[in-house]
Amino acid sequence: MRPASAVLRYGLVILVVGVLWKLTAVALGGVILPDPEDALAALGRAMLTQIFWEHFGVSLYRSVTAMGLAWITAFPLGLIMGSVKRVDDILAPFVFLTYPVPKIVLLPVFLLLLGLGDTSKIAMIALILGYQILVTTRDGVRSIHPKYFDSVRSLGGSNMDVLREVLLPAALPHGFTALRLGTGVSVAVLFFVESFATTRGLGYMIMDAWGAMDYLTMFSGILGMSIMGAALYEVANVLERKACRWMFLRAKD
Amino acid sequence: MLTAENLAKSYDGKTVIQDVSFSLGQGETLAVVGPSGCGKTTLLYLLSGLAAPDAGRALLGGEPITGPASDISIILQDYGLLPWRTVIDNVALGLKIQGVGRRERLERARAQLAEVGITGRDDDYPANLSGGEQQRVAIARAFVSRPRLTLLDEPFSSLDALTRERLQLALLEAWQARRVPYVLVTHSLEEAVMLGQRIMVMSARPARPVAVFDNPGFGDARIRDTEACFALLKELRHTVEAQW
Repeated sequence: MRPASAVLRYGLVILVVGVLWKLTAVALGGVILPDPEDALAALGRAMLTQIFWEHFGVSLYRSVTAMGLAWITAFPLGLIMGSVKRVDDILAPFVFLTYPVPKIVLLPVFLLLLGLGDTSKIAMIALILGYQILVTTRDGVRSIHPKYFDSVRSLGGSNMDVLREVLLPAALPHGFTALRLGTGVSVAVLFFVESFATTRGLGYMIMDAWGAMDYLTMFSGILGMSIMGAALYEVANVLERKACRWMFLRAKD
Repeated sequence: MLTAENLAKSYDGKTVIQDVSFSLGQGETLAVVGPSGCGKTTLLYLLSGLAAPDAGRALLGGEPITGPASDISIILQDYGLLPWRTVIDNVALGLKIQGVGRRERLERARAQLAEVGITGRDDDYPANLSGGEQQRVAIARAFVSRPRLTLLDEPFSSLDALTRERLQLALLEAWQARRVPYVLVTHSLEEAVMLGQRIMVMSARPARPVAVFDNPGFGDARIRDTEACFALLKELRHTVEAQW
């Protein structure tokens, strides 16, 4: 999607959501759900304050660090599991037995082990996102057509050549797709981990305002988190398109 | 030059090819035909070193073929181009693996592409190309490292008739220019007559040679229109049909 087209689509979606929001707000009487124009005005005012950007910055730091950590850990592991059968035979049972377990329930354990600071929150998000990247990359590598391996080997390619010329480039789209789709999960987990045992972050801002029945500030936090989620998604999208340009071509014949 | 001695290969306990022997002299070409699924591709994999025989051996210049090597190039079915590499990088891949410097390998790849009629497409990806163009790129990749032997696995099977004929001619011209010997596996008898100096007919699985035909008209670009071609095709058809 070209940037202009992306902006247009985002604009259209915002318009549709805004109309639905307005209708719902009118129906509910505007107490619990403020009018969208009021929420946007509150967001605008919040964006002029330092505290909003401190919350935003902390949340962004936690998300981006967790996504980076998940990527550098899970992508190579998925690559190895997908390509080395002996490693996969050992690790796959661990991964697939623990994959369905809702990792978020381990948050108290993480808080106990890693403390109340950023580390436990980042580790929690990274763990959940890492599983998605790991499984998607591993399955993606296993689905690479053997002809590409033969193609490189027939030219005298070594295992390192196969890694560089086939495994890595073929696995990248799978890893990036998992990362892009995982941005939503990351932000959702971020909200949860920031909703207690912290006084910083958009999740805290939302829950704190909710407790104080300051719904306009609460919506400022919700909108801020939405903007952050959309931005992370777009960044992952751009990275994917840059790194895997060949994936977005149309065949000609 | 190339010698196959009693080659045999089984997969999952089933014999795919058995007792395959033949030889190919310097500058010669051999077309291999046979019933569909008989094991022709397996034969090429053994000759390329991509698979090891269970019995027998293949030799190139008297040396046993023990694994893939840069002096044997193979054009795989569906071309085997890497979709994530550009045209120029696909062609230069073999040179890169050999350790040729970037500048030299790109120059050689560009020259080879021009030789097969592809210019100005260096930065395109295979998906940008038509089937015929992809096949030309695959031929360029096979020839760029100056192999001593080329193996072709049904290289033109997925192309339309006109493109196929053009590329057959391009392959013939490339052979005439350098006389690099090749073994071509094909299911098309006409293609075998067009591109094979000799034509080896394989039996149904397990594949083994049942007949080898000389093709005196080989090298003539208009061989399709000759009486000798019709006669040879008739003989080939009878021999192959008897294997079903």
